[in-house]
Amino acid sequence: MNTPYNLKYTPSHEWARLLDDGTVEVGITDHAQEALGDIVFLDLPEVGRKVTAGEEIAVVESVKAASDIYAPIAGEIIAANTVASDAPESVNADAYTAWLFKIRPANAADLEKLLSAQAYAGVVDSEAH
Amino acid sequence: MPMNPALKTSLHDTHLALGARMVDFAGWDMPVNYGSQIEEHHTVRRSAGMFDVSHMLCVDIAGGQAQAFLLHMMANNIAKLTEPGRALYTCMLRPDGGVIDDLIVYYFSPTDYRLVVNAGTADKDLAWLADKARGFDITLTPRRDLGMIAVQGPKAREFTWAALPDAQAPTENLKPFAAARLGEWLIARTGYTGEDGFEIMLPAHQAPDLWAALMAAGVKPAGLGARDTLRLEAGMNLYGQDMDETITPLECGLAWTVDLQSERDFIGKAALKALKVQRTVVGLVLQDRGVLRAHQKVITPQGTGEITSGTFSPTLEKSIALARVPLGVAIGDTVQVEIREKPLNALVVKPPFARNGRALI
Repeated sequence: MNTPYNLKYTPSHEWARLLDDGTVEVGITDHAQEALGDIVFLDLPEVGRKVTAGEEIAVVESVKAASDIYAPIAGEIIAANTVASDAPESVNADAYTAWLFKIRPANAADLEKLLSAQAYAGVVDSEAH
Repeated sequence: MPMNPALKTSLHDTHLALGARMVDFAGWDMPVNYGSQIEEHHTVRRSAGMFDVSHMLCVDIAGGQAQAFLLHMMANNIAKLTEPGRALYTCMLRPDGGVIDDLIVYYFSPTDYRLVVNAGTADKDLAWLADKARGFDITLTPRRDLGMIAVQGPKAREFTWAALPDAQAPTENLKPFAAARLGEWLIARTGYTGEDGFEIMLPAHQAPDLWAALMAAGVKPAGLGARDTLRLEAGMNLYGQDMDETITPLECGLAWTVDLQSERDFIGKAALKALKVQRTVVGLVLQDRGVLRAHQKVITPQGTGEITSGTFSPTLEKSIALARVPLGVAIGDTVQVEIREKPLNALVVKPPFARNGRALI
């Protein structure tokens, strides 16, 4: 399973990447894209929206199912990846490059509360059994 | 933990070796895709793909009253079948007109027929047939010794003949909905995709070698995910979703399969003749971004309806659906579908949406 060590994760299969400017890029994990199958639509949040941790803010639709995406931390949406939404299959191709949205965190320290790669791998393993 | 381990076809190891993602379908462990189901879909419309459909059941019906029995059991008129190998698509109905299953009937002689029924309804169908067979001089033989591979696409027949050179002469002149017997094999020019091709019924233990030969000839494996998007584009019903025992064929787009013309009586005929049809099936194409899915509410000027099957159509690159709606909804109307509590616009169309490699809408 592909789970980069430099990212943080949630139990609902989002990843979060801290960028140099303090903002956080968010996407879905390789495990999630594989489980979803061919992704055909992305429904991304509006720029400017204030979100709370755990809030449902996006939808990834595959041929099989619609999957809700949750904000991993509280903050403000500062960007939505329109390149990815024009080519939803790019999320299947490389889930860690095809980010969905960027958040300016309300509290920088919130990122530390997310799962490490190892902890996330444990979540996936336990879901399989 | 599942209560009963899933059933496996003779191709199960083959699917695992190909890296298939497996899913439970009607109690069988089946491949849903081998990678991208959209790519598999395109391959069937453009070249040739193959499906393991061994979970479906062949039931051989033989004996002096085989024809009389099937004339009594089936809504379509099997007396139309007079050439050996000819087949037709029919529903089998309850006395109240509800659909027990949809199936194909192959004719070989008035005393020799084969049915092919759905995996999820096989046990139910067998029990029903056995019960109704009492008093008829026939034998009913479920053929769980057979497997089935469906090869579908514009190049399906060509690649099949490359894999099975001896099969070419006996099957080259088969018309659609006709089949040829080759020893214990039955090769039928039928399918569930809207493309040309063959469905090959054969002893299950021979299926892995056939699969390998077809792959070597250029046929690509395709799973249940692609099978569903292909059949929906082709406007074909899925039992258990587009109809069930609470729906008559006159209400789910299958009136064309019901013979109400001839004098013949069959189970369910009286109920259909007495039925005042209030609902019908239409095709929908979503006009906004999103995916239509089963059970979403459809809002029309004539009242509310429901999507029975929905998906994303790889050929149209839009979402399509079959929907049960009140009578009066017309082709060309715009209706609304509630998706996550928002009403989105959908255009009413006459299925099929795509067949023979092309979008029709």
